[in-house]
Amino acid sequence: MAQNYYQKEIETMAPEDMKKLQSEKLVKQVKHVYENVAYYRDLMDKKGVKPEDIHGVEDLHKLPFLTKADLRDAYPYGLLAKPLEDCVRIQSTSGTTGRRVVAFYTQKDIDLWEDCCARAIVAVGGTKKDVCQVAYGYGLFTGGPGLNGGSHKVGCLTLPLSSGNTERQIQFMNDLGATILCCTPSYAAYIGETLKEQGYKPEDIPLKAGIFGAEPWTEEMRRGIEETLGIKAYDIYGLTETSGPGVAFECSEQTGMHVNEDHFYAEIIDPDTGEVLPEGSKGELVFTSLDKEAFPLLRYRTRDICVLSRKKCSCGRTLVKMAKPMGRTDDMLIIRGVNVFPSQIETVLLKEGYQPNYQIVVDRVKNNDTFDVHVEMTAEQFTDKVSDVLKMEKALAAALKTMLGINPAVHLVAPKTIVRSEGKAVRVIDKRKLV
Amino acid sequence: MAIKQLTVFVLNQKGSVVSVTDILSKNNINLRALSIAETQDFGILRLIVNDEATAEKVLAEQGYLIKIIDVVGLKIGDAPGKLSEALGVLDKENINVEYLYAFMARTEKHAYVVLRVEDNAVAEAALTSAGFKMITEADICKL
Repeated sequence: MAQNYYQKEIETMAPEDMKKLQSEKLVKQVKHVYENVAYYRDLMDKKGVKPEDIHGVEDLHKLPFLTKADLRDAYPYGLLAKPLEDCVRIQSTSGTTGRRVVAFYTQKDIDLWEDCCARAIVAVGGTKKDVCQVAYGYGLFTGGPGLNGGSHKVGCLTLPLSSGNTERQIQFMNDLGATILCCTPSYAAYIGETLKEQGYKPEDIPLKAGIFGAEPWTEEMRRGIEETLGIKAYDIYGLTETSGPGVAFECSEQTGMHVNEDHFYAEIIDPDTGEVLPEGSKGELVFTSLDKEAFPLLRYRTRDICVLSRKKCSCGRTLVKMAKPMGRTDDMLIIRGVNVFPSQIETVLLKEGYQPNYQIVVDRVKNNDTFDVHVEMTAEQFTDKVSDVLKMEKALAAALKTMLGINPAVHLVAPKTIVRSEGKAVRVIDKRKLV
Repeated sequence: MAIKQLTVFVLNQKGSVVSVTDILSKNNINLRALSIAETQDFGILRLIVNDEATAEKVLAEQGYLIKIIDVVGLKIGDAPGKLSEALGVLDKENINVEYLYAFMARTEKHAYVVLRVEDNAVAEAALTSAGFKMITEADICKL
């Protein structure tokens, strides 16, 4: 496959030049953060490190980490490094205990983020002649806005369908000849199954490639999607805390994702000791934003377990590659592309007058995530009317939806019926086979 | 005048009703009437028994979610149209019946109807003044 690059000089830069570029950016970025973010300045002072101590990426390990808990504590403006009047956008994701994570963007931040997404689109063969259907959710979720912006930058005709309404997705895909599909892998599989049921053969479908991310998926699932849609399916990685999708993207080789390391410096650390691990080691992925102005997180712990590799890639890109995340160091679940923490469910239960005795059951049926929450009700809550119990289930589902952004099926059960092993209740049963 | 109904929450799965009736039978509790309302997930058993206090105690010991509530016990003649007549009275008085179930006596030529309404006293007054007889806890024990 002939290779195209969106920003060739960066994407194929010699590693030593890249390191130099990263080091220059890091020195400036640390100074910017130290001067403008009191929260991080305190962390640095506590660790006894000053901006002058950072001469390049080799000094990065001296800096303190940031975690999701810091984002929660600093909500909403505590990590903002620019005056609000210089910001043009927020994106948001749910936090660990209900407090949201809100990330701010200046126009430059948006531009760089969209460049990252444009690199991903070009890497899968996208050009201005392509029709790019964006079926990620639009809004606070970064998926839709990110790929939408990238598609514009490449010059594709962009179909901003957002997620859902599969009939309409299929209609636009066929009528306007979409060639690139961007959505979650489970939704891509679902669209594929629907097309198949309607009698479409892979060769009838105009698509040639897909960019699928925001949730874990397997190689087996990739093959399934490629077969039903008659396309090449590519992975993409990102998180709201650093920008959104496009932090890393897959190329024609399909053996991991190139990190846009001119903007995001990647480290692998030992999740227990925090020590930086050598290339090829499995550990927790940590990102440092080298260019972001408004919300520049330094050494942000993603909680994703991952491996980095600098092995030469057949696509010609020299950007370091990250493997598909192999798990998490916390209890976060990704359900229908949305981050869900058990602690969030606990928060809602307590607020709604329930005891925090619950069990989450996640499965994947026909490529769709099912999300069931079993909750023990108290003797006081129980009534003899079926309609009352159903009403309570509905109200609780609505409260959970408000917190999480996705709809659970709530099942009220009798007290002490949720299985406890060794006295400790099993909070999460994930039946999906994703790793 | 109302009678006591034992209400038990069970999951809608195989064997969940027999587990309840087993516990009752082992404790010598006699069922007068039983009705089940079920959804896809769960069921609510409504029972009229000869000794609801013991029934509540033994089921609670086994971890069941139970509630004892007052319901209206109505005695009607065992003839066509009798239930309709009683319900007609309630309808005329704008009394909403949440649910009901009926059972027969072994010896008498009567049927009994259990009515779940918002206000038992209002329903009983309406039915009594229309000439209907209510049953009491004492009647239940004698059945």
